[in-house]
Amino acid sequence: MLNVTDLRSGYGRIPILAGINLSVKDGEFVGILGHNGMGKSTLLRTLMGYLPMTGGDIAFDGKSLKGLSPTARARMGIGYVPQGREIFSSLSVYENLRMGCLLAKQAEKPTIDSILADFPRLERLLERPGGALSGGEQQLLALARCLCGGPKFILLDEPTEGIQPSIIEEMIDTLQKIGREKGLTILLVEQNLNFITSLSERVLILQKGLIIREVPPHVAKDRAMMEEFVGMV
Amino acid sequence: MDLYGLVGFNILVGIGTIALITVGLGVIYGMMKIINLAHGEFMMLGAYATYVANTHGINIWIAMLIIAPIFVGLVGLVVERCLIRFLYGRMIDTMLATWGLSLGLIGLMTSIFGNDPRGVPTPVGSFSIGHYAASLYGFVIVVVAILALAGFYAMLSLTRYGLIVRATMQNPNMAAALGVAPPTIYMATFALGAALAGLAGGVLAPISGVSPVMGAAFIAKAFITVLGGGAAIVTGTSLASGLFGFIDTFVSFKSTPVIGEVALLLAAVVMIRILPQGITGRFLRRSL
Repeated sequence: MLNVTDLRSGYGRIPILAGINLSVKDGEFVGILGHNGMGKSTLLRTLMGYLPMTGGDIAFDGKSLKGLSPTARARMGIGYVPQGREIFSSLSVYENLRMGCLLAKQAEKPTIDSILADFPRLERLLERPGGALSGGEQQLLALARCLCGGPKFILLDEPTEGIQPSIIEEMIDTLQKIGREKGLTILLVEQNLNFITSLSERVLILQKGLIIREVPPHVAKDRAMMEEFVGMV
Repeated sequence: MDLYGLVGFNILVGIGTIALITVGLGVIYGMMKIINLAHGEFMMLGAYATYVANTHGINIWIAMLIIAPIFVGLVGLVVERCLIRFLYGRMIDTMLATWGLSLGLIGLMTSIFGNDPRGVPTPVGSFSIGHYAASLYGFVIVVVAILALAGFYAMLSLTRYGLIVRATMQNPNMAAALGVAPPTIYMATFALGAALAGLAGGVLAPISGVSPVMGAAFIAKAFITVLGGGAAIVTGTSLASGLFGFIDTFVSFKSTPVIGEVALLLAAVVMIRILPQGITGRFLRRSL
């Protein structure tokens, strides 16, 4: 589904990504682990088209994304849940979800109803302004809003940042459930070990703008071994 | 008693006039944070469109209510594509560009139509309030102003386009990730603001006369009202035009129109001192 080769990018003249290679297959859940400042968000922002790539290529479904705007990439089926959630704060929760439905193949109402079935916590908040929600609720809303559009491939940028643990658990459950049901393809960047190991089938380690290694699958599934592994890196 | 009726009517017309000249500017400034110094000239183009259409035998109502906004909306579209879209996020540059545009438009219209003011006939007569005669056209202005504000409000709150506009103005990057093309939304919004300016110019043409420099008479009031109104375009414009229209007309009646405008300015200065974000920066924040 996604094939990234020697991707380079950065802010102005400051290079951040120094040649990323990675691929994500249909239906796969890939996690990228990295500390702050290693280029996690930069990678996703480049994949979404907010930052221009300065080298290499991104192929999505076999087509190069070079020069395409975020709008065009969204219309090709790439969903994006940004760091900091980026809820439309003066729009109500329901209106935020309606915005998510712009690319939905079905009508608005049934789409939102079916998504809300997976996010029961949002149901009673529908009329609230998005800005009045707690961080965790906003994160659930950002995820739900993204799912409304029925994307083929989802980019998740540090969904656990600043979120209370109970909602983190809820997000893991929700993502596991809808991942199974809908066969979603997801690329997650995180530094929360618990979250990334609970969900990812493969884990890559990002350091200083490079994917330095892939965590072996038997390690990636095991929290304790994972901690040991990351400690060595 | 009759006199109070007349003053009351005039105040209503004063409020309607300010609301009408402000709403187009409010759309462009409030939604896109672009200070359109050519706003008065957009109104002037609307007035000329009405005048030209009318002299070619087109019904005056159609000329001012349909042709003027459509023509100026198209002009706005061209201006956005050729000029404004390169300058988003650069407030000073857009001011300079639109100021230049306003001078250019004045020059262009002067060389086509000359400097002398043209007239557009008033399509309705007068009615009497007791001994006093008042122009029925005042009602037209008030009704058009109300319809323009109500229509814009309905568009923002009820339609899908309105939802997309509100979301895009708040966070264009996120809207893009959901499939919106922000440049298209900006283009449409700018054209809508221009069309509303054209409507104002067309409707006010019978009262103000039509000349290349007529825009200058409106622009200051329109800016003061937009700033006084604050972030919420419809609520802010309504409240600020209510306040400033009342002060202007009432003081003009008690003294002279010049003193009326001075009073309006003083009121605006005091208000901006107390409410730097405008009325809706403090009250009714969640309104549109």
